[in-house]
Amino acid sequence: MGSDLTFYLFAAIAIAASLLVIAQRNPIYSVLLLIASFGALSGLYVLLDAPFVAVIQIIVYAGAIMVLFLFVVMLLNASHEETEYDERVHPLLQAGPMRFGAFLAAALMIELVWALMKGGGESGAFPGKAVSGVKEIGQLLFTDYAFPFEVTSILILVAMVGAVVLARRETHQ
Amino acid sequence: MIALNHYLVLSAILFAIGTAGVFVRRNLITILLSIEIMLNAVNLTFVAFGRALGAADGQIIVFFVMTVAAAEAAVGLAIVIALFRHRESLNPDSFTALKW
Repeated sequence: MGSDLTFYLFAAIAIAASLLVIAQRNPIYSVLLLIASFGALSGLYVLLDAPFVAVIQIIVYAGAIMVLFLFVVMLLNASHEETEYDERVHPLLQAGPMRFGAFLAAALMIELVWALMKGGGESGAFPGKAVSGVKEIGQLLFTDYAFPFEVTSILILVAMVGAVVLARRETHQ
Repeated sequence: MIALNHYLVLSAILFAIGTAGVFVRRNLITILLSIEIMLNAVNLTFVAFGRALGAADGQIIVFFVMTVAAAEAAVGLAIVIALFRHRESLNPDSFTALKW
């Protein structure tokens, strides 16, 4: 019963945050809301007995890819609409909303810790045993999926070189 | 009781939101973010099916999808930077040089 409630909570957060992502005018808010959506999805992965995916969702998606987006948004300074004005008058930057935000962050952390401590036990109506250990995933990754894994490294190399070449400033002399 | 259907419905909703974002928004960065939403919806489907079938393959495919998403974000954002340098704009409607 508790896991049902948790599912609906995380699902509601994911849907609401994703809707707000495409409703925002300022891309910085979109990126931050998408991080909230990814946090909710990570909770759903814990409910699905996939703690490995939940953790790399936080580390790789929320921690690396979204930071890359945030870098580019701030680098391009694409939201020309009065950012200094925003900082002084914006209703979300007053003391009350910021305390509320801190409370929400603490609550999310407690929930995540609780969900991770609970471990892979009940998972609703799913029959059978869950394959959730990092050991099993690693073994499968380096035996059956060894070739795609190695191809992935080539892909990342190509993406890295491509990104550097595309974003390089051309020097005419 | 939460069953596989719930996860599939949630995934479908998220994918629909991402698709709507690609069509509705007029900002290249928001469009890339919508694509990330869609990729995450598909990831959720993979993990849910993997859990229902009792196999780890779904989680491994999510691993690969995340790698591709990282590569896509890096190259896509590099293209956005290059385009912004040329036109001082992020509106996709202003990049029509290849339009016939």
